[in-house]
Amino acid sequence: GWEEHAFMFGFCLQQEKLLEGYVGFANLPNQVYRKSVKRGFEFTLMVVGESGLGKSTLINSLFLTDLYSPEYPGPSHRIKKTVQVEQSKVLVKEGGVQLLLTIVDTPGFGDAVDNSNCWQPVIDHIDSKFEDYLNSESRVNRRQMPDNRVHCCLYFIAPSGHGLKPLDIEFMKRLHEKVNIIPLIAKADTMTPEECQQFKKQIMREITEHKIQIYEFPETNDEEENKMVKKIKDRLPLAVVGSNTIIVVNEKRVRGRQYPWGVAEVENGEHCDFTILRNMLIRTHMQDLKDVTNNVHYENYRSRKLAAVTYNGVDNNKNKGPMTKSPLAQMEEERREHVTKMEKMEMEMEQVFEMKVKEKIQKLKDSELELQRRHEQMKKNLEAQHKELEEKRRQLEDEKHNWEAQQRVLEQQKLDASRYSTLSRRVKKIFTK
Amino acid sequence: MLASNLPWLLLHSRNRQSPFPGLGHSGSGSTLLGYIGIDTIIEQMRKKTMKAGFDFNIMIVGHSGLGKSTLVNTLFKSQVSRWSSGWGGEHKIPKTVEIKAVSHVIEEGGVKMKLTVIDTPGFGDQINNENCWDPISKYINEQYEKFLKEEVNIARKKRIPDTRVHCCLYFISPTGHSLRQLDIEFMKHLSRVVNIIPVIAKSDTMTPDEKNEFKHRVRKELETHGIEYYPQNEFDDDMEDKNENDKIREAMPFAVVGSDKEFQVNGKRVLGRKTAWGVVEVENPNHCEFALLRDFLIRSHLQDLKEVTHNIHYETYRARRLNDNGGLHPISANNTQESNL
Repeated sequence: GWEEHAFMFGFCLQQEKLLEGYVGFANLPNQVYRKSVKRGFEFTLMVVGESGLGKSTLINSLFLTDLYSPEYPGPSHRIKKTVQVEQSKVLVKEGGVQLLLTIVDTPGFGDAVDNSNCWQPVIDHIDSKFEDYLNSESRVNRRQMPDNRVHCCLYFIAPSGHGLKPLDIEFMKRLHEKVNIIPLIAKADTMTPEECQQFKKQIMREITEHKIQIYEFPETNDEEENKMVKKIKDRLPLAVVGSNTIIVVNEKRVRGRQYPWGVAEVENGEHCDFTILRNMLIRTHMQDLKDVTNNVHYENYRSRKLAAVTYNGVDNNKNKGPMTKSPLAQMEEERREHVTKMEKMEMEMEQVFEMKVKEKIQKLKDSELELQRRHEQMKKNLEAQHKELEEKRRQLEDEKHNWEAQQRVLEQQKLDASRYSTLSRRVKKIFTK
Repeated sequence: MLASNLPWLLLHSRNRQSPFPGLGHSGSGSTLLGYIGIDTIIEQMRKKTMKAGFDFNIMIVGHSGLGKSTLVNTLFKSQVSRWSSGWGGEHKIPKTVEIKAVSHVIEEGGVKMKLTVIDTPGFGDQINNENCWDPISKYINEQYEKFLKEEVNIARKKRIPDTRVHCCLYFISPTGHSLRQLDIEFMKHLSRVVNIIPVIAKSDTMTPDEKNEFKHRVRKELETHGIEYYPQNEFDDDMEDKNENDKIREAMPFAVVGSDKEFQVNGKRVLGRKTAWGVVEVENPNHCEFALLRDFLIRSHLQDLKEVTHNIHYETYRARRLNDNGGLHPISANNTQESNL
């Protein structure tokens, strides 16, 4: 069966065949490299810790850029009533290689009086990114598959000098199987070297005691690299100091923090472990972090999710293998999905249309009523005016009558007066003859 | 009134009021016709006090890892706090806030002091810290209650043992941003019950600029929330006190560093912390404000702390208790709990 095959293959592998000439596939890494460079890289980094531990400063120092600035302040300046999970993306270019860096921070974590379940928004965020990836992976059209999964979580421990706090332990216990946790001791310039040593030992003791699995550096075949890895492992958790202010020390320009008693240099290996963190995170292990996220954490999520689905469904196959449906069936299902979606949309549109029609009718009715009312109103006005006019006419008629009457009286009087005067003249004539 | 407090009312230069109005306001009043010797009363009282000794109770509050025990040891130059040995002990965080009081008798210049350090492990360390100040508030009120019971007794002791908390040092974490919600809640609830002195712990975390900014912000926040820390504005007796206290209030909260180890700096042995980039000197005013805190707490305001506790905080408690009970009578053993919130 396949076991024999594998055995033979392995056996063949041990006997390296000597090539008779130059074939050229040694160039393969370069091809991969060139393709990757063209494609660019993505990396999502999450920073978690209570406010005031220097997270923003450290991120700015790591990537030598003002990701957090007065215009866009860090998580400690954006605390709200509940824990939020917020993302910020930045495109960093160096030597022709571009990196799309996403920083996820959690303002409000651990800052309230009651911090129960403050890790829940973080868990939800990570799971939702896994789910997005799972969905896009299961589609038929997979050309665009952005990888927004959280590749690494830097957890900041306050430099108390005693040990882990209950919150630290709870958080790490719940998240060590979902994301690569790298615990860091923040503001390491608070402690003297001896205190730092003790603190680190205490933390590692507690981590083992609570069976927390932090990110492990992989063993390689290279002796040199292994030595370096061992050195890093001895200094876990890394004690870091961040700063973007440049100070002149012994005529050298270094990044550091200026105290009255000296300058704590960020990139000095004897002062803090910042250089180790930067080298590890960016220069040597970035790809490994992504691989572990993909191969371990994502697969854990995926198998759990799919097992839950298939348990409830018809297919009881609990294999962790690829999807058991054939592509045609998958396509059929997608088509059906699409059709149902269209139908739903149609129905919704019809509903909307009906509603709009009703609204319009109502509006028309309303305006009709309005018109009616106005018509009535105007009619009333008209009638009122009419009446007024009538009244005025009557008055006018009355006045005319009166005036005519008066005129007649006057005329009568005039007539009378003239008759009287003619009479009186006649009388006068008679008496003066 | 407690006889042992009287001498200090005179000796302490801050208090101008003489309890004996008839005697010597020097310079005013009638001229004396010869030397009588009234001013030797000061000497007599001093002798009495030295024989009696006095007590001081200080409570330290703050979540674990802020260097509280180290600071108290540094303040009193002896191993007076819980963790008397150096490092390496098992500091297990307790599940609820505990109150642990440790007493020592220290002597200096013939004056004996019974110092009690009350530690509060577990404060602010849990995931859910709701009402974690309740045990502390209960403890403070219990001490007032004890004192009240003794005072009200028919046959009472000549010198009532004073276990009341005279001063509460509250440690603020040096985040560099602002006060945490828990800090504000605690101080709001307790500033009316006990003298709170806020200090910024582990201040060697911050550069001088960051320190000043942080202090300024903290003071503003305390003001916004109406938190009156010691020395309280309302208890200033006269202009001289007010000026002095104003200066102190402007400089608070003190940014301190504690240490019980000595190092050689420029040929001198100093208390400090040795890092890879220099030695932080605890008593150097350019490095931190420990010296200010020590002078303020011990050398000038120690007696005033006790007085304010006795005359104001205790009296407030007493008045409320007696009003509740409708008059003066010996308190029965059942009435020990009093909610001050």
